[in-house]
Amino acid sequence: MTVSVVPSKPGTPASSAPATRFASRAALDRFGLPGWVQAMPIGVVFALFFVLPLIFVVIVSFWDYNDYQMLPTFTARSYVESFEGCLTKFPDCTILKTYGSTLKFCAIVWALTLVLGFSIAYFLAFHIRSTTMQMVLFLVCTIPFWTSNVIRMISWIPLLGRNGLVNQALVSTHIVNQPLEWLLYSPFSVSLAFVHLFTFFMVAPIFNSMMRIDRRLMEAAYDAGANGFQMLTNVVIPLCKPGIAIGSIFVVTIVMGDFITFDVMGGEQIASAGKLVETRLQALQFPPAAANAVILLGATMLIIAILNRIVDIRKEL
Amino acid sequence: MNEHRGLAFYALALVFALYVLFLYGPMFVIFVLSFQGPTGGLTFPMNGVSLHWFERLWHGGGIVDITGAFKRSLGLGLVVMVLTVVLSLMAGLAFRKKFVGDGALFYITIASLIVPSIVTSLGIALEFRVLDDVLKNYGPAWLSDGYTTAMGNYTSGLGAHLTWTLPFGLLVMFAIFNRFDGRFEEAARDLGATPWQTLRHVVLPIIMPSLVGVGLFGFTLSWDEIARSSQTMGEHNTLPMELQALTTTVTTPDIYALGTSTTAVSFAVIAVALFVIGQLQRRQAAFGSDAGAA
Repeated sequence: MTVSVVPSKPGTPASSAPATRFASRAALDRFGLPGWVQAMPIGVVFALFFVLPLIFVVIVSFWDYNDYQMLPTFTARSYVESFEGCLTKFPDCTILKTYGSTLKFCAIVWALTLVLGFSIAYFLAFHIRSTTMQMVLFLVCTIPFWTSNVIRMISWIPLLGRNGLVNQALVSTHIVNQPLEWLLYSPFSVSLAFVHLFTFFMVAPIFNSMMRIDRRLMEAAYDAGANGFQMLTNVVIPLCKPGIAIGSIFVVTIVMGDFITFDVMGGEQIASAGKLVETRLQALQFPPAAANAVILLGATMLIIAILNRIVDIRKEL
Repeated sequence: MNEHRGLAFYALALVFALYVLFLYGPMFVIFVLSFQGPTGGLTFPMNGVSLHWFERLWHGGGIVDITGAFKRSLGLGLVVMVLTVVLSLMAGLAFRKKFVGDGALFYITIASLIVPSIVTSLGIALEFRVLDDVLKNYGPAWLSDGYTTAMGNYTSGLGAHLTWTLPFGLLVMFAIFNRFDGRFEEAARDLGATPWQTLRHVVLPIIMPSLVGVGLFGFTLSWDEIARSSQTMGEHNTLPMELQALTTTVTTPDIYALGTSTTAVSFAVIAVALFVIGQLQRRQAAFGSDAGAA
């Protein structure tokens, strides 16, 4: 048994004694089960249900198929079909138009959730003074995240429908003569639902970044004569960059890969990158579905790579 | 800093209040509408108040096997919850040391969160289809005779849910152990505790409130999961999948009654979890010195 020679008061915060912490970290290595044994179960789950499936997606995307089964022979048929017409009618082919429209949704939802999420995180982090209140209000924002997305989507129907509350109010106050049709099953309702469902993914990481900002930096800026706006642009936003980047990655990848929100809120009328995969799956055409999945994965990785160029996320985690 | 509340405070407080209304308002509307009278429709006005739609729902009035789906989702949610807590805890402990492949495992965990759900779902479905084909055609007779599929709620479906809940579980564990004071363990060891005793009597009691939080993530994320379930559940759908299917076909308040019922389960689980967390923290404050406070 190892005997620790470092006396330490149990009440002292760990951060004030880095040397002690280092010693205990080193001691832990020789203590208990080896790390790889403890990590084995989670590793096996990810290997079987994430890594291997992704490999299958790539392999099957190069398989052939007929009306009722997949044929394990190498062919690029699924990719050729996916990009059908893109060379001759560029840029007027299904896949490019669909990705263009999905990217437009990404941009709109990203901008809205960023502004809203940043404001909320800022309010919680800098304007709420008691820690308990901070936690309570943060929890209020979190609880809907633990409930069903589909229910949160359909809950807009009685509000936005043709005879919904919004239209009833608008018509009865004579703001409009007849009910607005674009409120539900439209690009508007899809974007609204995305903001409703996923602003939390912006709030959480940005709030986390803001809570880590050393308040003395802000006091220094204030003493040096910075006004509120300068404080925001020169201190808070630069220090929140990792949170903003992580939130952006969440929101953008969710919109890119989504097919359920587009279906439920778009009335099955609006195409999206995720739905390209799903449509093929409904027709049980697995190789084309896999090819579209690979393309979607490539597009998502490209966006993350661009965001990663702006902020080095690995360094910030 | 400045002591009095400025204009910015009131403006942001208004934004926050509106956001909370935006979050909860629509949900509240469907709770109200689920108590529509028997002749009521999908929108206001209310034609009386009744439990008609709940009765219809739970007696299987016309729509799919809701009771069966409810039980399947509940069972799966509980299994996912337990596995998420146990596996995240073990991995969380592992990440406090160095081990071969820790970097790779970390990136795979993050990737599992970011890769579109439909891609993961498709991949698992393909994996099981290929497995089925191999077993049917090349498996020994005792296995391949009468074999249909390995796909199901507790095989492919369970795996699909874990790829969604485990990253959250592990991220929470990182947050816990970043704040954990390792000297408590050292003290236990110096007093002669075995590694298991240290874990059981020192580490677990300190991190228990957060572990309840991990369990909360595990259950609720599984209970409401659709995207990853879509291709992986085999022949038996879970509750949210049934609910999503209903959105396109149902024109009566059944669907609100179903929505209210499933949300009630979510809220009950959240309330129980938060209550337990509160109790544990109070106990720690009362008896546990300042354990974990650092």
